[in-house]
Amino acid sequence: MTITVLVLVAIAIWQMTKIFELSQIKAKAGRSEIANEEDNKYNGYLMFAFLVFIYGITIFSFAKYGKFILPEAASAHGGEYDSLMWWSFLIIFIVQILTQALLHFFAFRYRGKEGGKALFFADNDRLEFIWTIIPVVVLAGLILWGLYTWTSIMDINDEDDPLTVELYAQQFNWTARYAGADNVLGDANVRMIDIDKANVLGIDESDPNAGDDIIVKELHLPVGRKVNFKMRSQDVLHSAYMPHFRAQMNCVPGMITEFSFTPTITTAEMRQNPDVIAKVERTNAMRAQRAAAGEPNSDPWEFDYLLLCNKICGKSHYNMQMKIIVETEDEYRSWLATQQSFGQMMSAGAE
Amino acid sequence: MSAHAHAIADDHAHDHGHHHKETFVTKYIFSQDHKMISKQYLITGLIMGTIGIAMSLMFRMQLAWPGESFPIFEALLGKWAPDGVMDADIYLALVTIHGTIMVFFVLTAGLSGTFSNLLIPLQIGARDMASGFLNMLSYWMFFISSVIMTISLFVEAGPAAAGWTIYPPLSALPMAQAGSGMGMTLWLVSMAIFIASSLLGSLNYIVTVLNLRTKGMSMTRLPLTIWAFFVTAVIGVISFPVLLSAALLLLMDRSFGTSFFLSDIFIQGEVLHYQGGSPVLYEHLFWFLGHPEVYIVILPAMGIVSEVMSVNARKPIFGYRAMIASILAIAFLSTIVWGHHMFVSGMNPFLGSVFTFTTLLIAIPSAVKAFNWITTLWKGNLQLNPGMLFSIGMVSTFITGGLTGIILGDSTLDINVHDTYFVVAHFHLVMGISALYGLFAGVYHWFPKMFQGRMMSKNLGYVHFWITAVGSYGVFFPMHFIGMAGVPRRYYENTAFPMFDELVDIQVLMTLFAIITAAAQLVFLFNFIRSIFYGVRGPQNPWSATTLEWTAPQEHIHGNWPGEIPEVYRWSYDYSKTYENGEYIIPGQDFVPQTVPLQPNEEELQH
Repeated sequence: MTITVLVLVAIAIWQMTKIFELSQIKAKAGRSEIANEEDNKYNGYLMFAFLVFIYGITIFSFAKYGKFILPEAASAHGGEYDSLMWWSFLIIFIVQILTQALLHFFAFRYRGKEGGKALFFADNDRLEFIWTIIPVVVLAGLILWGLYTWTSIMDINDEDDPLTVELYAQQFNWTARYAGADNVLGDANVRMIDIDKANVLGIDESDPNAGDDIIVKELHLPVGRKVNFKMRSQDVLHSAYMPHFRAQMNCVPGMITEFSFTPTITTAEMRQNPDVIAKVERTNAMRAQRAAAGEPNSDPWEFDYLLLCNKICGKSHYNMQMKIIVETEDEYRSWLATQQSFGQMMSAGAE
Repeated sequence: MSAHAHAIADDHAHDHGHHHKETFVTKYIFSQDHKMISKQYLITGLIMGTIGIAMSLMFRMQLAWPGESFPIFEALLGKWAPDGVMDADIYLALVTIHGTIMVFFVLTAGLSGTFSNLLIPLQIGARDMASGFLNMLSYWMFFISSVIMTISLFVEAGPAAAGWTIYPPLSALPMAQAGSGMGMTLWLVSMAIFIASSLLGSLNYIVTVLNLRTKGMSMTRLPLTIWAFFVTAVIGVISFPVLLSAALLLLMDRSFGTSFFLSDIFIQGEVLHYQGGSPVLYEHLFWFLGHPEVYIVILPAMGIVSEVMSVNARKPIFGYRAMIASILAIAFLSTIVWGHHMFVSGMNPFLGSVFTFTTLLIAIPSAVKAFNWITTLWKGNLQLNPGMLFSIGMVSTFITGGLTGIILGDSTLDINVHDTYFVVAHFHLVMGISALYGLFAGVYHWFPKMFQGRMMSKNLGYVHFWITAVGSYGVFFPMHFIGMAGVPRRYYENTAFPMFDELVDIQVLMTLFAIITAAAQLVFLFNFIRSIFYGVRGPQNPWSATTLEWTAPQEHIHGNWPGEIPEVYRWSYDYSKTYENGEYIIPGQDFVPQTVPLQPNEEELQH
């Protein structure tokens, strides 16, 4: 790789010196530095070629990189999110294709010619009205659709018996806290953190709601049940980013932020999604190569949902993540039953 | 002030040709002449730009080949790259300083500082800025802030590394990150001085445009460059003080134990005393500047592009009044959209709705500008000089980058692409690359004005443009896909867990394009430096432009014009204007300089 780069750089430098030498020879022949008809011609053609390049890189990127885009949304609001996204993309692609075509085609078509005459065309109210009103209408549509979706996503309420889960961020890991049988989180504050007693989230031991809270390092969610997340951070800003669920909210020290979604696809089902199967295959092929070469970080991978940190938070920001497992209600219950409650932890610590 | 200007004017009738009072120091260092100050801004900006781009190459190499050992890292980063492997802390520092330098030092001071200084007096027909002394002060404060920012790279614990937005608490607590110690203090001091410099400059530009226009130069006869610089200065005056307050409050949180932005913090085993502050408050203050800032960066580029494009298309800019109106609309809206950086910050979602609305509104004047530029090309007689190529390139990247703004400005869609590489791709195209193209267009176009009629080599200019144009799309177009794959920005490596393993090919491709594009900038630097000394001298008005700066002699004189200041009789876009019978207004010449009075039978057809 390094060698490829060096070779490319060397070629680039060589090319440039060549071009420079050529330009020197011509400069000596008494050419001015103002574009002449020949320059206009070559650059005009290049402008047309550049239009082809823009289309080319677009097609290339979609063909080659389109498969990297996140798989189907695994949350209830995610479907709406994705369709708004694709409609917006459709619109911007149409605009992109047309405007780039006009821009570069005009640059090619109207390249300067000796004795050529430009048209004195200073304004035209009708044209300007048209291209003001079209964006207005299109944007009004997108704004309305977007705002409607936004309002429904951000409306965090207690309807439909949501599960309450706290996501707790610190440099550089995540902790989750379930509200337990009463579905109410115990009060907490960093001033109540007691490392010696393993009360790492600063939960108020005297709060009756706290005893049944369950603290875990792996987030399990029952499929089809709404989850209300309460986010906290103990040190700096973090962001709880769950890309597969189209969910993100910052974690802010000194305040509790919220996000809510309903997972709709279990981890097991997602592993059967064709896009995901293909992604895992590609990734594992790479990892197998690494393993053959004896390199580290080469174990085969099995797909899992992840919670990532998406706000710069310090040195190990890049590896601050937690596994999310979406499972059936039964699986979830039996997992939860094996976990120790906060009350049990405290009394175990006191002994 | 104007009395002073007239005194100089009278002086010049006899004084021209012997500047015996000027010493080396007053001419080249503590100069109060706007033309010299503009060159000082440009060259300082280019030096800072070289540092900023070099940094980007280093972190791009780390992204493409994570954990690889490169001798160059060891050479440049020293203890931060043991055995040539880049350290995670310095990665964040490089990202941070790259952003800071490019946004503030290159694209704010280097772009608007250079061209506002050069063009405002020359294009409005003034002897100099309203206050030459404040102007000099403004440059030297910029210089000091550049020096401090550069010094901060060498402090023991490393430079600021909390991202260019330096959100507290990360930036406030030295124990949160190595770079939040001395490095951050220097960053804040440097920025405070930078803001003062920017304010002095902006006030001067505003006063000069309002008060020192020559006879006949009404606001609606101004070239769009001047409109853009003027409005940019106004936004700067409105928003930069807010950043100063954010920086000062942050300094107090850091040094005097106040709690403006901090509350409830437990770090490294102990609870800190801070109580009641909010990082979200900082975000509001920061983006109250931060968003107008991106328009401070792009508006001058838009002004330059409008002017250069019109001159080289040999056509009036299409929809002159609509262009002014859209500059004003963008300026106004730019101050009420900052919240779109904060949709998922924990701010009230209703506020998010309001900011979505205002943000998508700003697409309208932007679209109008893009269409007007395209129409300016239509049926032109395009002179494809390097400046013109960069202008066309700017419209192209502005459209490509601007369109993805429709995704990001929508609070719903922002949820999943917020802070991913999608954002990085968006803003690099729409304000980074576009503004750089504006800068290059300006340099190629006005180089003869800066350096006594010398011109830059057009062939090297073509090489520079085409490699840059292909390379920047090569870097930033594929980057959108990384963002849509869900990769967060500011990750030291994307291979710590398997989810993003397969994206490494795109990273390599982007890095290769970045290296090639950066190499093309060396061509520019070479061309720039060489042309200062050996550039071919062109005619006084090389691009056959109508504006006043080309009526001034090539040789720089204090006061710009020997004798009287030229008087203006028409707007600045009378290119290819004809009588009804199809004859040019001035026979055999396709442009009418602003100094030519309206001819008999000629209609003042404008806008």
